[in-house]
Amino acid sequence: MTLAIETSGLTKRYRKVTALNDCTITVPEGRISALIGPNGAGKTTLLRLLAGLSRPTAGQARVNGGTPRQDPAFLADIGYLGQEIPLYRRLSAQDHIRAGAHLNPRWDSALVRERLTGLKIPLDRAVGKLSGGQRAQVALALVLAKQPLLLLLDEPVAALDPLARRNFLGVLADAVAMGNLTVVLSSHLIADLERVCDHLIMVSSSRIQLCGDIEELLAEHRVLTGPSKDTAAIERSQRVVQVTRTPRQTTLLVRLKSPVIDPAFQVSDVSLEELALAYLGEEVPPAPAPTRLSTVGGDQ
Amino acid sequence: MISFRVDSRSVVPPYLQIVQQVRQALRMGVLDVGDQLPTVREVVSATAINPNTVLKAYRDLEREGLVEARAGHGTFVRRRPPGPPPGTHSRLARSLARWVREARDAGLDDETIEELLRVTLRAAEEEEIA
Repeated sequence: MTLAIETSGLTKRYRKVTALNDCTITVPEGRISALIGPNGAGKTTLLRLLAGLSRPTAGQARVNGGTPRQDPAFLADIGYLGQEIPLYRRLSAQDHIRAGAHLNPRWDSALVRERLTGLKIPLDRAVGKLSGGQRAQVALALVLAKQPLLLLLDEPVAALDPLARRNFLGVLADAVAMGNLTVVLSSHLIADLERVCDHLIMVSSSRIQLCGDIEELLAEHRVLTGPSKDTAAIERSQRVVQVTRTPRQTTLLVRLKSPVIDPAFQVSDVSLEELALAYLGEEVPPAPAPTRLSTVGGDQ
Repeated sequence: MISFRVDSRSVVPPYLQIVQQVRQALRMGVLDVGDQLPTVREVVSATAINPNTVLKAYRDLEREGLVEARAGHGTFVRRRPPGPPPGTHSRLARSLARWVREARDAGLDDETIEELLRVTLRAAEEEEIA
């Protein structure tokens, strides 16, 4: 399996603030990866490091086999959309398409026109006069025209209504289905991410909490519900992510290390949302992750 | 051509929802041998689900022998799932609907009807084992 992204100990410090600490992740090619975490957790920092827009204080990153840097050869394979949509409000989509054709070595003007026409977005209107959803679609179509191998999206759908979000993610999924594209997108909207993403990077307090295939991660976690009694035995045999106690009941979200055999506890599957809330709600001490999930090179 | 509905809140994983909808369409006679399934790109554009989810569903259906992928052309129905011929399903659905009306007229609420159905299914199962 080829990796689109591979980082090891990636760290970014600004004066006294550590924005990203010891980040070790892998994202295989062809995935749509959800980057989730609270505000200020380090999501934007990670995306900017991967895009070559800033340099790490420590650690390494390999993106499409190269080190992220401000270099045309590296940047030609990267698409990046920051939180502010980078369009000239007084220019039309058509103007942007023409400019892109001049500025990029690979550029598929026909593909942008086809996508935007399919979405009934006028090509000749100033983008400042389009709706927020239409502007986001123009930006996405333009960045896809560049034919990047890796697309990094920083909260691209946050401001969009549900229909515009669905359309945006539909275009994104279609671009991945066409092949040769890996996507990392950060968002707070877990329901959207659950549909479209098959890979997860979870970050909180500047640290990576989880990284891996969503289905595998869900299969490795369980919710245990049982009487309020001593949970020491479970804590010995499983990695406890979150414990909720009431006088009558204890609920634990655990990462399985072995099958749960305590008959006093009812075992159920976790949803992505439960998993996210459990990891983001607790300060989980970093643990050595299983090799096949997040150790650099472990997937190869 | 059929289209898929994917419910993110369902406990059934998305790929299985697609598998089930294809099987259901085959049983109901909505899809027939030789019909083409929507392409992966068509499905993901319409539903915004992950392309790998659709591929996984189609691979499952292929392994079951229900569909076949023809390189460069798409995925086509090869045969119907084993079971009664199409039409049986809708005929039984009609007679069940009649029965449900009768049960409601007799004053049964939905919870009681569901329980009655469960008990009957279980009894039938035990009868088969015995």
